[in-house]
Amino acid sequence: MNMQEKNESSNNFEQCIKCTICTAYCPVVPVNPIFPGPKQAGPDGERLRLKNAYFFDEALKYCMNCKRCDVACPSGVKISDIIQSARIDYRTHGPKLRDVMLASTDFMGTMARPFAPIVNAVTGAKPAKVVLDKVMAIDHRRIFPKYSGQSFEGWFRRKAAPLQAQFTNQISYFHGCYVNYNYPQLGKDFVTVMNALGFGVNLLDHEKCCGVAMISSGMPEQAKKHAIHNVSVLQKSVDKKHTVVTTSSTCTLTMRDEYPDLLKVDNSSVREDIVLFSKFIYNLVDSGKVKLVFKNNFKAKIAYHVPCHMEKLGWGIFSAGLMKMIPGVEFSLLDSNCCGIAGTYGFKKENYEASQAIGKPLFEQINRISPDFVASDCETCKWQIEMSTKFKVKHPVSILAEALDLEATAAANK
Amino acid sequence: MKFDTIIIGGGLSGLVCGISLQKGGRKCAIVSAGQNALNFSSGSFGFLSRLQDGTEVTEPLKAIPSLNEEHPYSKIGVEKVSRYAKNVKSFFSECGISLYGDDTKNSYMITPTGNVKNTWMAMDEICLFPSKDFKVGDKALIVNMQGYLDFNTQFIASSLENKGTACRIESVKLDSMERLRKNPSEMRAVNIARVMDNEQERTKFISTVKSLLADEDVIILPAVFGLKDKDDISKIKASLGIKTLFVGTMPPSIPGVRAQMLLKSAFEEAGGSFLIGDEAKNVALSDGRVNAIYTENLGNVALEADNFVLATGSFFSKGLVATPNRIYEPLFDLDVDFDEDRNNWYDPKFFNKQNYMGYGVITDSSLKAVKGGKSVDNLYVVGSVLSGMNSLYEYCGSGVSIISAMFVADSILGR
Repeated sequence: MNMQEKNESSNNFEQCIKCTICTAYCPVVPVNPIFPGPKQAGPDGERLRLKNAYFFDEALKYCMNCKRCDVACPSGVKISDIIQSARIDYRTHGPKLRDVMLASTDFMGTMARPFAPIVNAVTGAKPAKVVLDKVMAIDHRRIFPKYSGQSFEGWFRRKAAPLQAQFTNQISYFHGCYVNYNYPQLGKDFVTVMNALGFGVNLLDHEKCCGVAMISSGMPEQAKKHAIHNVSVLQKSVDKKHTVVTTSSTCTLTMRDEYPDLLKVDNSSVREDIVLFSKFIYNLVDSGKVKLVFKNNFKAKIAYHVPCHMEKLGWGIFSAGLMKMIPGVEFSLLDSNCCGIAGTYGFKKENYEASQAIGKPLFEQINRISPDFVASDCETCKWQIEMSTKFKVKHPVSILAEALDLEATAAANK
Repeated sequence: MKFDTIIIGGGLSGLVCGISLQKGGRKCAIVSAGQNALNFSSGSFGFLSRLQDGTEVTEPLKAIPSLNEEHPYSKIGVEKVSRYAKNVKSFFSECGISLYGDDTKNSYMITPTGNVKNTWMAMDEICLFPSKDFKVGDKALIVNMQGYLDFNTQFIASSLENKGTACRIESVKLDSMERLRKNPSEMRAVNIARVMDNEQERTKFISTVKSLLADEDVIILPAVFGLKDKDDISKIKASLGIKTLFVGTMPPSIPGVRAQMLLKSAFEEAGGSFLIGDEAKNVALSDGRVNAIYTENLGNVALEADNFVLATGSFFSKGLVATPNRIYEPLFDLDVDFDEDRNNWYDPKFFNKQNYMGYGVITDSSLKAVKGGKSVDNLYVVGSVLSGMNSLYEYCGSGVSIISAMFVADSILGR
């Protein structure tokens, strides 16, 4: 039965039976007593807000938008959408300077990247951290992601782009801000793997930040501009029959689901063509269209953390499946737990303690397993886990790039 | 994507079936759309407490021959049902869930409204008694959190007093609970349990309870502890130092939510793939067999398997859908047993037997689904979506879920 047809709202809030099961799975509830919990912040509060905006509660900002409530709801209520929409619709003031800075990932990246060594040294230095903490309320205990001296796009245009036309199959790559400004190596690994599989990689006609941090920092208008721009450049790729492959689970979820649900930007003509690398590659392997040839000597004990947004997408099974294909991998799936960072959430001073408390069970489990490294599809989970445990976090694409016999794979997919 | 078996539904029956199959060496996936009825259980498993004619059952296995032949227990057969029943405790204990009770005899529990209920086994902390007229002690102290309405202390007290226990009721006010009380609908078992999971808050509560204790020989508390770590319960018992009984609350159920989490972990630890928050949307059927299913999240990726198990639950979990004139099974459109005359679906007296609770998917003698009058060769049905039983009236829902899941897993494993 299509529940939607029977509802007034697009977020199913009428279907809430007040069972409170969402509360059992909310990571914020046990660590932040001010947060009213998903049911009260979501459908229960919405009932009141619809009558009078007076009932809007500022404490909704403590929601991390991890979407675990949506996943748990027995009645199909889009609880996190209700909360995030309320933050957009009922907000009484604009974002703080700090939030604008944390949210403007591509602006900040563009500004900071040319001065990467200086910026990295400054943001890593104690005096700067004190200033950031006191003036900007960015917690001083946070380790800042480093900026890369060369952007991924710069590298790609110079080094990789000329080589892509030789492949019969072509895809587009939405790399996201993190790959571009902070960690181009992940993008390079992606290009290496796709080329070995016989796919040429194209950049979009100037992608912009997906906008997720703007949504969570009270800048919906700016996020909407990005969404409209991105849908138009995604469309150009789809028109060329190029699937848009991604490496960030959060950018993917944002462009597929948050654009229509929260920002009311129609993405229906491109949504199905936005695919995370692991779903894309797994299906190629599963349907026999490509072959993976692995090195015989690759050995690793991997603990896989499924990021919250990956869990919501339901695609963790593909990344896990790919890693399990590698001979010599001892694979364990970590329990379903939020790491606590939730993008820019954990950087904000008011959230630091909660953020670390949320991640504690995950960090403890990683320490117990003591893997060679942790795998995760999310850049901010990587920062959080690397800061909070002694283990490195690798992206599944980088693991594939390391484990594949690239020449043999390329030969098998000619 | 290919599996040996795909199970649709991640509740009690789906998980028991999945764990059994994984342990039997098969590769399984469970597709689970949101949380399920186990989260709302009373904390006990009913096996068979009442026959269709209203006779109370004290020895459930002996009562199976008097069930009609459409009942899932009759189809499985008394011999196998007894064998599976014997294994239930060890099965759950391997998943970290302790069950108490006798597999051949029913016991009694106190409900959150103070009634004494015939049941089979209880989970972890929920107290169970061998007879209806048990006496919990000479003097009982019943303690509640102030403002918590899903634990009816007055009813519980009057029920115990009828059996000779003097009762005193106290309620404890906690600062950490006051924020929940701003909205009375937040004073629910899960919210309270999440506060009580915090060691500091729990210690505060328990020491207050201790200070309230006079000459009582038993303490009665609501089952709102140990959501994430059930060791909290033994710690509470040790710290109170006298007989402490936990009574299940109105839904949601803390032992139920905990059991759901532990069963899911056990399935994943055994190597199963749990597709959480995903929903089966379409199916590919040909020549009386299911070839694949398609889900909301995986889109055009076909989930293929040799066998499929329907464990989608009843009306609440949308395993069955009722319209004004028919009841149907929404995924495969399987044959459903229901009365054509809607007037016979329900009794206006709420507490009477409700026939709609007896409707479900028709199966053959091996619990294979029936569609258009024919068995679907590789589609089995387990749990409360099954027809032939009235789980509410007979109080057999959990028993049927567990036993049918074990039976189907064995059939798939060729045992």
